[in-house]
Amino acid sequence: MTVEPAATSEVHRQHDREQEVLDRIERIRRRPARVREERITLAHGAGGKATHTLIEAVFLEAFRNPALEPLDDGAVLDLLGGRLAVTTDAFVVSPLFFPGGCIGDLAVNGTVNDLAMTGARPVALSASFVLEEGFPVEELQRVAAAMAASAQAAGVQIVTGDTKVVQRGKGDGCYITTSGVGVVDRPVRLSASAAQPGDVVLVSGPIGDHGVTVMLARGDLDLDADISSDTAPLHELAGRLLDAVPETRLLRDATRGGVATILNEVATASAVAVVVDEAAVPVQPVVTGACELLGIDPLYVACEGRLVAVVPGSDVDAGLAALQSLPVGAGAAVIGRIADDPAGLVLLKTGFGGSRIVDMLVGDPLPRIC
Amino acid sequence: MRYVDEFRDADTAQAVAAQIAALCEPDRHYTFMEVCGGHTHTIYKHGLEDYLPEAVTLVHGPGCPVCVIPMGRVDDAIAIAEQPDVILTSFGDMLRVPGGRGSFLDAKAAGADIRMVYSPLDALKIARNNPDKRVVFMAIGFETTAPSTAMTVLRAAAEGIDNFSIFCNHVTIIPAIKAILDSPDLRLDGFLGPGHVSTVIGCRPYEFIARDHGKPLVTAGFEPLDILASVLMLMRQIAEGRADVENQYARVVPWHGNRRALEVIGEVMELRPYFEWRGLGFISQSALQVREAYASYDAERIFELPGVRVADPKACQCGEVLKGVLKPWECKVFGTACTPETPIGTCMVSSEGACAAYYNFGRFNRSHVREITLTEVGRS
Repeated sequence: MTVEPAATSEVHRQHDREQEVLDRIERIRRRPARVREERITLAHGAGGKATHTLIEAVFLEAFRNPALEPLDDGAVLDLLGGRLAVTTDAFVVSPLFFPGGCIGDLAVNGTVNDLAMTGARPVALSASFVLEEGFPVEELQRVAAAMAASAQAAGVQIVTGDTKVVQRGKGDGCYITTSGVGVVDRPVRLSASAAQPGDVVLVSGPIGDHGVTVMLARGDLDLDADISSDTAPLHELAGRLLDAVPETRLLRDATRGGVATILNEVATASAVAVVVDEAAVPVQPVVTGACELLGIDPLYVACEGRLVAVVPGSDVDAGLAALQSLPVGAGAAVIGRIADDPAGLVLLKTGFGGSRIVDMLVGDPLPRIC
Repeated sequence: MRYVDEFRDADTAQAVAAQIAALCEPDRHYTFMEVCGGHTHTIYKHGLEDYLPEAVTLVHGPGCPVCVIPMGRVDDAIAIAEQPDVILTSFGDMLRVPGGRGSFLDAKAAGADIRMVYSPLDALKIARNNPDKRVVFMAIGFETTAPSTAMTVLRAAAEGIDNFSIFCNHVTIIPAIKAILDSPDLRLDGFLGPGHVSTVIGCRPYEFIARDHGKPLVTAGFEPLDILASVLMLMRQIAEGRADVENQYARVVPWHGNRRALEVIGEVMELRPYFEWRGLGFISQSALQVREAYASYDAERIFELPGVRVADPKACQCGEVLKGVLKPWECKVFGTACTPETPIGTCMVSSEGACAAYYNFGRFNRSHVREITLTEVGRS
């Protein structure tokens, strides 16, 4: 085909201008994170881009150190000749009690799981309570009993704690913060930056159960569905996987922001592409249904008892078998692969057979009007 | 899932895509606008464009109801929310839309009582449960949501609930389509008509598009196969030299619309002389306001509003991007004054808007993304 020279140069000019615009955006993208809002909004707590910006611009900026910098679920410290994992997590949930558990279960399992995701054997927890004036003691007792049961199931003890009471109207009944320590006695180095092309992505069971359960339990939707939270300790499951696949690159529990957010963190930290097969992602029909009604994507909905693992491609069968060897991992599945390019992106082959980019959300997934 | 999976079947999609490809004439390009934001969402969510031949392009239209609300109206709503004893209620996706001085989320953080609801009836429930508060519903959307807003006003009147009002920002679809059609540099070959809106207004109001402008329109459903089938219907019309209004979404959309819903809208609301659309400017008779008879439910009459118009910067070229005349990066303010964090025009507000999508992912080659995705998934 012959192209007239004038047309060719015009095409080139257009291309150059487009490249200029893209370069400018890239420069803006590389600037240090900055919080634009004057006040904290709910989006800053949703686990998405707004949370990341806040953490980088405020906390990382103030606290910067090598143990914090990877921003993993917990920090691993070389101490007294061993490796000690430390983590902390604050729990706010409304309602406090929901099908499948309560804030107490979340507070224990959440911190146990953050420890487990570093490859540690959880040892002990602390628990701090911020209680609102007027909160029924009977409910607090139920929360404490749930924490005790969850701690026993996870093989940890709650060894220290603190209690504060705030005036009526200044709290939401009960907030709990738990911290945990664990011992990393396996020779593992798990990190969100360790994923490599050729690796595979596993998830330990159906996603989105917890988030949808809590949304329905709030009662705003006037929907009833047979579903309960997936809150569960994952340290045994993580142990099985690490025994079977010592080369496991990383483990994350898919809480706030869901699986999509974690995969975006992996893609960015490891400078790889994560390619997900939507048809392979396990989702219970009731979760799919609720998400369809609300116009939200289960990939962004929180789980409280599911882990995402990245393992070398050659270990996929061993990894999957290890996860499926425990009831909590019975629904485990391979959902994707790691590729080298385009680095930093999560790509999805949709169930419909198309492809798209799965971005990290700014804040909470919001129901759509249209 | 029943009633959903059958409209998402990849094999059927392949077959429809092949029929679309077969109708493409060599060296001809086809550009269709999907008017409705719901369609844009489906196209994006399912990666539907992978099924379209290179010669077919879909342009995202002005039908994202939260994106077209001008900044001044967001500011007005926040001014209402800042009044004493007011609870402002809003659909979820409106919360993040920025006005001239922040979004609802920012106003909430600054102390305003702003709550997310799933329907105007939920807002009425809040009014019923909080008799000492003034509850205002931020009413937005096309003819799709206007009936439920109107119905809620009627119910409030019937129940004698006098602490409830609506801040009416309902818009109508036909004037927006007209504004696009009247553009001298229009480059569209046809339209995918808005399915939800059409359940209310029917298909007849679109007839002028075919008759006077010679452009085909197919009212389309919201599942990915609905959209592919609608594109095929448009391609067939073009191949046969026709320009008609056709209804792909007949399982939901009656040709004559929903008379009862239209009556309810007409009872409570009337056309405004003009209304500003974000990015498109003022369009006459393009929005609804509360009738005098229901003045006590009209937040615009109850509250004093600043009513300050926050002008879209002159350089904003959303209109041209919407019409397919300009690519996002060709707009004068793209990536400088207008970014996803500080959006000026509609195309940047929603993450699915043409400009926001280009800002976030324009550096990645679309066909490369597709190739990597299909190859890698094929491996596992």
